[in-house]
Amino acid sequence: MTWVSDHWNEIFTLARSHVWLSGLPLILGLVIALPLGWAARRWSRIYPVLISTSGLLYTIPSLALFIIMPIILGTQVLDPVNVVVAMTIYTVALLVRTVADGLGSVPDHVLQAARAMGYGGLRRFVGVELPLAVPVIAAGLRVAAVSNVSIVSVASLVGISQLGNLMTDGYARLIYSEIIAGLVACVVLALVFDGLILLAQRLLTPWLPAQGGRA
Amino acid sequence: MIASVLDWLTSSATWAGDTGLGARIVQHLWYSLLAVAIAAVIAVPLGLWIGHTGRAKSLVSVANSLRAVPTLGLLFAVALYLGPKIEGNLAFLVPSIVVLVILVIPPILSGVYAGVEAVDPASRDAARGMGMRGMEIVRQVEIPNALPLMLSGLRSAFLQVIATATVAAYVGLGGLGRYLQDGIATNDYVSAAGGAIVVSVLALIVDGVLAVVQRLVVSPGLTGRSGGTRSSRRGMSGTGEAVAPESESLLAGQPDRPSQPAARSAAH
Amino acid sequence: MIRFDGVTKQYPDGTVAVDDLTLTAPTGKITVLVGPSGCGKTTSLRMINRMIEPTRGTISLDGQDTARMNEAEMRRGIGYVIQHAGLFPHRTVLDNVGTVPRLLGWDKKEIRERSRELLDRVGLAPELADRYPSQLSGGQQQRVGVARALAADPPVMLMDEPFSAVDPVVRDQLQDVFLDLQGELGKTIVFVTHDIDEAIKLGDQVAVLRVGGKLAQISDPAYLLAHPSDDFVADFVGRDRGYRSLQFQPSPKLPLAHERTLLVGESTDGMSSAWALVVDNERRPLGWVEPSRVEGPVTTEMLHRGGTVARASGSLRGVLDAALSSPARRGVIVDDSGSLVGTVRAHEVLSLIESVDRPDEDLADAFAESEPETSR
Repeated sequence: MTWVSDHWNEIFTLARSHVWLSGLPLILGLVIALPLGWAARRWSRIYPVLISTSGLLYTIPSLALFIIMPIILGTQVLDPVNVVVAMTIYTVALLVRTVADGLGSVPDHVLQAARAMGYGGLRRFVGVELPLAVPVIAAGLRVAAVSNVSIVSVASLVGISQLGNLMTDGYARLIYSEIIAGLVACVVLALVFDGLILLAQRLLTPWLPAQGGRA
Repeated sequence: MIASVLDWLTSSATWAGDTGLGARIVQHLWYSLLAVAIAAVIAVPLGLWIGHTGRAKSLVSVANSLRAVPTLGLLFAVALYLGPKIEGNLAFLVPSIVVLVILVIPPILSGVYAGVEAVDPASRDAARGMGMRGMEIVRQVEIPNALPLMLSGLRSAFLQVIATATVAAYVGLGGLGRYLQDGIATNDYVSAAGGAIVVSVLALIVDGVLAVVQRLVVSPGLTGRSGGTRSSRRGMSGTGEAVAPESESLLAGQPDRPSQPAARSAAH
Repeated sequence: MIRFDGVTKQYPDGTVAVDDLTLTAPTGKITVLVGPSGCGKTTSLRMINRMIEPTRGTISLDGQDTARMNEAEMRRGIGYVIQHAGLFPHRTVLDNVGTVPRLLGWDKKEIRERSRELLDRVGLAPELADRYPSQLSGGQQQRVGVARALAADPPVMLMDEPFSAVDPVVRDQLQDVFLDLQGELGKTIVFVTHDIDEAIKLGDQVAVLRVGGKLAQISDPAYLLAHPSDDFVADFVGRDRGYRSLQFQPSPKLPLAHERTLLVGESTDGMSSAWALVVDNERRPLGWVEPSRVEGPVTTEMLHRGGTVARASGSLRGVLDAALSSPARRGVIVDDSGSLVGTVRAHEVLSLIESVDRPDEDLADAFAESEPETSR
């Protein structure tokens, strides 16, 4: 534990970069997945295409994707953008299906009623469908957040600094506490993300009862 | 850049020998298979038991919350701990396999459990009422009906193992990860990228093969692929629905449906 | 014969689902357990094949205590049909039907033949054999469920709301198929329903249970309708029980009137009555016409088909309904082959009804093992 108190600043710096590398793709991914999910809902032919494409993208191992990214983007190997783009790809892959299924979970009678009251197209999407799909989308986002936090640590193997550095460094220098510090910091970060998304969901869906744990 | 990677991939020198690409692919598949097999031997009976008896469900949540632990840290911690305790070549192999096994128990376990859990209670009730005994119910009703979700879990387990085995090169495991690690360590980007492409393709192929297996072994009655009219009444619960909007906090358990790709978390 | 002796089911939280139930389901008869939800009817049923273990009391099958039997073996000898059929979605219809024979280790060929025969018995086309349950309608699934329960020819059948998840028309068909089958097979059946009409239609004996799992009344349906033992039973049996009880009164000799008839294609010219009955070549009634409103030969489009047709050998309920529903106010009565034998008016049926006593002897008493302390 002395290791932790001696390296507080370092941990904090790495954590900040970890937040960026895993949090930014979460937001970008959501912004991209929303229209894609909506399209998949709207045109049923796109649905299987989008679902299988995202399944394939998700299949690619993260370390491999980090290394391939520079070829595709023309960036430097050590550029953090590689990680942000790769993580955004994973996030989109995960969220497209969630968004599409979340929109699909809106009861048909609600949609009919909205149509009958003259809600059309985009207004119905933003005003009715999206809010009602929030719980499902939020659940997907939470999975993505936890997954991102964990995957980003792998990026230390390609030289991008974040909490994963504590693990690689701890291993290289045989310092247990450093590895454990990295692990704990990642789990804490994942919990923070998870809690924030949950909080946002509660604020966005005041009509739903707060759920008391899993049934 | 792309051209030199392609050259590397198509050069016979790359493929030849005991440490060539061919041998590395075989090695990589072997480690993956080994880890998934060991994990399945543990997780499948456990999942069937939990699903069948409804006991110890919290084990599934505990296993799922393990997914929040970063693979990289787990790998290094276990390697550091176990490595010195084991002699010879096994010192590299055993810690990696142990981590891989730990890693894929959650997806397999929750796949099996969710599959059994999703079996129509009326089917199970009818089975019991017709005089099936415990194991007969498991074999004749629960396993065949749980198969779609069980195999989805197994599929994501395989993908996680293939991805993580790559990372495990850093603690001395062989396989395709060697190209990625050694390439980066020696600034040989071409072989690192080549290895990355091969491991990605391998993952895609394995996933495809498993998808075909899934099609072959799952009863057409469950997939709705048997043609004809489908009644709308209580269609089989879709295999791999959206993640459920229910989990309260991370440690209370991830939404435990091994939907593709939602369940393939954290392992990359 | 199935006998409940002081059977109680109490759950660990204190809820009593079934309270000191004593009753007998006689061999070869249909005993219906009916009551509102929470009356313990399903629990009672499930205690017979020990899907639920009684807390106190004994249940015996032909004099043998079920608690001493091997659970699985006993269940293989008892047909079991449940509300949502509970078919195995991963097996074809044919394989579903063959489930119990397979458990019993029958020869494969024998299983197939038996399964096909049963599908035919419950009125399912042979080409459905290779379908999967998800490709069948709810009614078809329920038929498969009945076929599956009958597969090993068990002497006893337990049926838990088997027809309540289908629409009324299909339910009616299923009930008729079921009664036909029972006519041939004579199984000992315990049947659970919340629908009093179904209970009255199907039951040789009806047991009404009240919330809390107490037996309120057990008797044959006619007696139940005529003499409900208390307000609860009266209320549960329903308002139009007087009319429905006519179902159990066979028609005495009816004062039939001769009816002038004509065939499709004949002209109504010269007919003075307000309504004329049109029949086919075998004198089967087709419908009524109003001679004053039609000209030329009668076509099928002109027919009023509103009236029901009653069989002379049927119940008074059918006869009265025929009279009430006929546009001519004359109820059409046919013989068992469906040919017209005459017509009857409602007031004539009513005076017949008045001349017949209400059933006052509980037929359930005739069942030797019937329960003396049952409240009436």
